[in-house]
Amino acid sequence: MAQNILLLGTRKGLITYKKTPSGNWAYDDAQFVGIPVTIASYDEVTGTWWALLDHGHWGCKLHRSKDGKNWEELEAPKYPDGEEIKEGVPASTRLLWAFSNGGADRPGTLYIGTEPGGLFKSTDNGDSFELMRGLWDHPSRKDRWFGGGRDHPGIHSILVDPADSDHIFIAISCAGMFETTDGGQNWEVRSNGLRADFLPDPSSPYGQDPHLIDWCKANNKVMWQQNHCGIFRTEDAGGNWHDITDFNGPANFGFAIAAHETDPDVAWVVPGVSDVNRTAVDQSLCVCRTDDGGKTWQDFRTGLPQGTAFDITYRHALTLQGEELVFGTTTGNLYHSTNAGESWNTLNSNLPMVHSVEFANI
Amino acid sequence: MPVVKFTSNLKRFYPDLTPLEVSGETVAEALDQVEQNHHGLKDYIVDENGVLRKHVNIFIGNDMIKDRQKLADRLADTDEMYIMQALSGG
Repeated sequence: MAQNILLLGTRKGLITYKKTPSGNWAYDDAQFVGIPVTIASYDEVTGTWWALLDHGHWGCKLHRSKDGKNWEELEAPKYPDGEEIKEGVPASTRLLWAFSNGGADRPGTLYIGTEPGGLFKSTDNGDSFELMRGLWDHPSRKDRWFGGGRDHPGIHSILVDPADSDHIFIAISCAGMFETTDGGQNWEVRSNGLRADFLPDPSSPYGQDPHLIDWCKANNKVMWQQNHCGIFRTEDAGGNWHDITDFNGPANFGFAIAAHETDPDVAWVVPGVSDVNRTAVDQSLCVCRTDDGGKTWQDFRTGLPQGTAFDITYRHALTLQGEELVFGTTTGNLYHSTNAGESWNTLNSNLPMVHSVEFANI
Repeated sequence: MPVVKFTSNLKRFYPDLTPLEVSGETVAEALDQVEQNHHGLKDYIVDENGVLRKHVNIFIGNDMIKDRQKLADRLADTDEMYIMQALSGG
């Protein structure tokens, strides 16, 4: 019987929780203790564990494992000689920031998104990676992409269409969301309806700042975007985005967003205060959910600290399976809900900063 | 021949690291020899352009190398080259 696991990528290692037979989550193990783990992931297609590391001193590293205990270091994606971020600025891998398998029909195909904006592909389960030229050579890249919070543009979201593995969306801070339908040879930006308040032309197709994109798996033309400038939703796979920001409530600024797997009207966000403060709203944690495609938002606080909290939730640190949700925060809290986010219990309040959370069945 | 010495922090990843005699005349050549002896270690020290990583320092004797881009600082026969983790965050 498959074991339900929760993988955490944290500032001080890869931490796992296991679901006990009684249905509770119990702390299980820590790997790479002391080392920042940007993303911890399990590829159910090949049964491989993945750890994307960001050593403060020694660069970005990539490790894989068959059992979550014994790890093998692989050569992390590298930019070819002569590639430049901008004119005169050599490209090098600054961060491994997004990870996805390449679809259930392509075991061993992987994608890794990086800062400074390159998407890498492996077809041999990580033994080698190739820079995807179609995106890297996009005519908008050198002049219209830029860093937001980090020094250079970075790919943080990769969504591979379960019905067509050549159909992929990525999102970049700051550039926008891009779509390919030919496996990555050609990419089109999908920014209609977005708003970049920090640009001279807020409707510019390039330079938008999606913080994360997600989609309804059962109806994946419905996509959601927590953006630097609000929350957006599309019903036509990015053809037209609609602003669903709650300007009078907390569902506004944030990083993480999670779409309901089957109901295209439902999504969750974990708000923070603006890009300037980056703290919990009113020093209180809440999770906001919309049940009507973003027309209205409810905020849920039961079980979350009110008036005493300063943490926010990073973009990869909210996840769900069914209506069971988990999120981790910048000050090492880990919260869990079994009722679609309406109430929460604390799994841990002493973790390192949480970068990523992911459920897996192993 | 010059000798390359390593911060003990690298032993976490390369447990059998010991001072290594090299025949290279520059820091870059010495690093290439380090890589031949410890596959993958160079990647911990420089990025894919050969640029010294931001939080790594290399000293020749007591002097920090001057060329962090191409690592062209020259090594004399009796030099000791130290690969160190830079202080950061206070």
